[in-house]
Amino acid sequence: MKKLIVSPAPHLHGEKTTRNLMRDVIIALSPSLLVSVYYFGFSAVKLALVGAVTAVLVEFVIQRYIIKGKITINDYSAALTGLLLALNLPPNSPWWIVFIGSVVAIGIAKMTFGGIGQNLFNPALVGRVFLLVSFPAIMTDWTIPASWFREGIDANTGATALSIVKEGLAKGIPMDQIFSENNFSYTQMLFSKIGGSVGEVSAFALILGFVYLLIRKVIKPHIPVAIIATVMVFSGIFWLIDPGHYTDPLFNVLTGGILIGSVFMATDYVTSPMSTRGMVFYGVGIGIITMLIRNFGAYPEGISFAILIMNACVPLINTYFKPKRFGREVNNG
Amino acid sequence: MTTTIIFTIVCLSLLGLGLALILYFTAQKFKVEEDPRIDDVEAILPGANCGGCGFAGCRAFAEGCVKAESLDNMYCPVGGNDVMKNVAGYLGRTIAEKAPQVAVVKCNGNCDSRPKTSNYDGYQSCAVMSTLYSGDTGCRYGCLGQGDCELSCKFDALKMDPRTGLPEIDADKCTACGACIKACPKILIEFRNKGPKGKRIFVSCMNKDKGGIARKSCSVACIGCTKCQKVCAYDAITISSNLAYIDYNKCKLCRKCVVECPTNAIWEVNFPVRVPKKEVLTAEEQ
Amino acid sequence: MSRTFSIGGIHPSDNKISVNAAIENFPLMEMAYISLSQHLGAPAEPVVAKGDKVKTGQLIAKANGFISANVHSSVSGTVASIEPLPDLAGNPVQHIVIKVEGDDWLENINRSSEIEREIKMSGPEILAKIAECGVVGLGGAAFPTHIKLSPPPGKKAEYLIINGAECEPYLTSDYRLMLEQPEEILIGAKIMMKALNVNKCFLGIEDNKPKAIKKMKGLCSKSYPQIKVVSLLKKYPQGGEKQLIDAIVKRQVPSMGLPIDTGVVVQNVGTALAVYEAVQKNKPLFEGIVTVTGKCMTEQRNFRMRVGTTFESMIFAVGGFPKDAEKLISGGPMMGKAVSRIDASSVKSTSALLLLTEKETKRGEEGNCIRCAKCVEACPMGLEPFLLNRLSRAGKTEELEANFVQDCIECGSCIYTCPANIPLLDTIRLSKAQVLKMLRTRPKK
Repeated sequence: MKKLIVSPAPHLHGEKTTRNLMRDVIIALSPSLLVSVYYFGFSAVKLALVGAVTAVLVEFVIQRYIIKGKITINDYSAALTGLLLALNLPPNSPWWIVFIGSVVAIGIAKMTFGGIGQNLFNPALVGRVFLLVSFPAIMTDWTIPASWFREGIDANTGATALSIVKEGLAKGIPMDQIFSENNFSYTQMLFSKIGGSVGEVSAFALILGFVYLLIRKVIKPHIPVAIIATVMVFSGIFWLIDPGHYTDPLFNVLTGGILIGSVFMATDYVTSPMSTRGMVFYGVGIGIITMLIRNFGAYPEGISFAILIMNACVPLINTYFKPKRFGREVNNG
Repeated sequence: MTTTIIFTIVCLSLLGLGLALILYFTAQKFKVEEDPRIDDVEAILPGANCGGCGFAGCRAFAEGCVKAESLDNMYCPVGGNDVMKNVAGYLGRTIAEKAPQVAVVKCNGNCDSRPKTSNYDGYQSCAVMSTLYSGDTGCRYGCLGQGDCELSCKFDALKMDPRTGLPEIDADKCTACGACIKACPKILIEFRNKGPKGKRIFVSCMNKDKGGIARKSCSVACIGCTKCQKVCAYDAITISSNLAYIDYNKCKLCRKCVVECPTNAIWEVNFPVRVPKKEVLTAEEQ
Repeated sequence: MSRTFSIGGIHPSDNKISVNAAIENFPLMEMAYISLSQHLGAPAEPVVAKGDKVKTGQLIAKANGFISANVHSSVSGTVASIEPLPDLAGNPVQHIVIKVEGDDWLENINRSSEIEREIKMSGPEILAKIAECGVVGLGGAAFPTHIKLSPPPGKKAEYLIINGAECEPYLTSDYRLMLEQPEEILIGAKIMMKALNVNKCFLGIEDNKPKAIKKMKGLCSKSYPQIKVVSLLKKYPQGGEKQLIDAIVKRQVPSMGLPIDTGVVVQNVGTALAVYEAVQKNKPLFEGIVTVTGKCMTEQRNFRMRVGTTFESMIFAVGGFPKDAEKLISGGPMMGKAVSRIDASSVKSTSALLLLTEKETKRGEEGNCIRCAKCVEACPMGLEPFLLNRLSRAGKTEELEANFVQDCIECGSCIYTCPANIPLLDTIRLSKAQVLKMLRTRPKK
């Protein structure tokens, strides 16, 4: 008689695996990567490659020689972390910066907690913040490197719009003047702002990635939408009170790392809440902290810190924000 | 500069003193009066917190010993008679000595003698598997081989043998705490007296099917043939629902039943190897 | 606009490859192996002995206790033995084995195909008849129907819902019934409405069965105005009792409660037909529609099959065991039971025999939980399977209870959706049993 397979129900499995979820996120990042290659040329390619390869190697070495356990580099999650880190660095960063960042991201932020699924903080962001506080000069040097496709802008110090505004306001220059002197325009921000990290260049490319993730049902829209809505409401209130000192909501969303942070960083599975209500709370928290840092802090941009701070709250959020239970919250009377 | 340092030291010292006082008074206020003997008894106990005594842990057992009127029903399987004697001596009571026991596995159907009839593909757990179906071999009484007992053993005394798919018990490490007995859904593990020099004889099978059915699913199953019962001079063997059982209190370790058993279902442990070899050597004999 | 339940759910591809196979009679077997535990509750007590001659439809075992059901012979012949035989899980269950000799039905069974529309019996008479004919719920759990149709004192039914959702992939037996015997089903529903004394009935059908919806709607608007056909979104587990009530009447069965707490009784379309046949035709429940399907098979069929047919003979009736088939499932792929022995036989509630290949069914290697929350999103009961799994492995029974593990309906959506192949439901199901044990031993307040 044939030996049959016997197992508990269900007997079918969906097609989603950890591996293809991670691959989908990498695919969603590719429009931004392509745009940055167009603007920054070899520099962007170099950062992305060094980041991804280092991350995978570090994970392999730790799993193979230190833990001597199962090797999980095939699930693309390490590669994704390295790539995300690279996309969050200034385009002119030297290769060793992303190398150190990747080692910290995988070695300290991920593997010490027990590998995939166990880490408390988003590894790519830990890597980035580590670099930001250790190498502040390099991490805020927004010089634009030479590109194959664009010439003649090599000398530009493409400071980010946020830091220009912050410095301008500190000097007492009125907001209108800052805007007109620097030719800020929303179309430019949407498609090709130059100042900023590798992955922030085009808001449009990031939105494209977001739409792809939603269509493939990799992420739920709650976290990014909550962050963006909070940022808009928060900055809107200040802008309405004093438009001379605070930037308008649209400017706040389109500049800096709000889009890449909310779509790719805050939605990291491991470090975000499990229930829908928790996700909304988490997103609102990130939005508020980001705006507090932007408006009142020393740094021009605060989403990285905001996400890390909220990461620390996720276990608490998971305890207090439970999913809507069936048959426990509805009154049938 | 110096003033700052002195100021800091003074401030912190005062703060520390204040907090220490608060702690002291709270500790005094909420102090719970406990029999000091509980601490002492706990110190005598091995501290494995295995729960083998039937209490929640060593402290609970110590409390039980102090409060109980007699120690007759109290036994720490890990510490054994020595520890119990110490406890009894400390409390000024007497205690009867118990024969040391050890866990034995009553299934010996390995991959060859008890071939698989289906492939289990679920969570690696005997508990899950046994609620799903009768098992992946023809014998529905036999070991499921998923290792719940191995997980339950806190003393590293029980290991699944990948060659046979059955658990192997290390008699030296086994403390007879009973965790594996609770973990096995097929109730295949039993405590038996360790026996003189570790010698013991037992029926390593729990199959209650009729002989023919049992034999068909496993070549080393007890078929309830009563041959062992007939050969036993000490009336130690009983047979109920096609299964033999050796009473370890009556068994005199004469080994006649071992020779008699047609299916090698009766195991002898720690005996010198006899001259006429049996075909199936148990792992412990090897 | 199709209705659906409010929380969770998944969308497995429906694979209804046997939709166009009309119901055909399964050839009569040589030996019938009729189980005495075909229903929830105590096994039935045999009333025949070895050597007795029995006719098709004759009572061979009587209900034993309150929750139990009569068992009737599905064939005519001689009782060969009454002995424990392994069921599909290999556990011994009392069976009556009958050697088949011809097909001689009891005379009082009305075998004409003419539809009996007039309901002559009163409510209590209907209930007695249903109990006598051994009708059980054919949706899966096989709960005796007459008990489900008698609400406990103090509770009153307002609606009857007939479940034609058939949300499990592959299954088509209910669909074929709705196409081929629609009016019988509706009369069955009317009989149950009379027994329950309700005047509103819904028939829920998933919208991947437009033909059935159209046919039923046409019939209802013409001659059964009390029955309303509701189109449901194709989403698993739409046919779960609690989900169906939520989708159709927007009421949620309270935790640890029964559907009757919301004033609803749910019955399957197969049960409705069995009720019709019992009450109008005096035919006990001894045959049912079984889909024999699987992508690895050359043909997929829908059979009207007598109870007590072995799985082996079903496979041989559709061309033998396919080479690459590795798993046999009695029922649907999401909640059905894996068959460990093909010599086991069908019972009243067997709705399908599904053959899957290793590629389709083999579980992947388990990885770390990546906290993607897909299981939380999929759970139709609003539970947190990832958390329950973790607590279960740590053996924290009290915390499992506090996280409502006992609300789990075991639909399997969590395992289906888990990207790390974690056997969530395996551990949860185990914990459910442990929590239930704990609740039973706990003194009542």
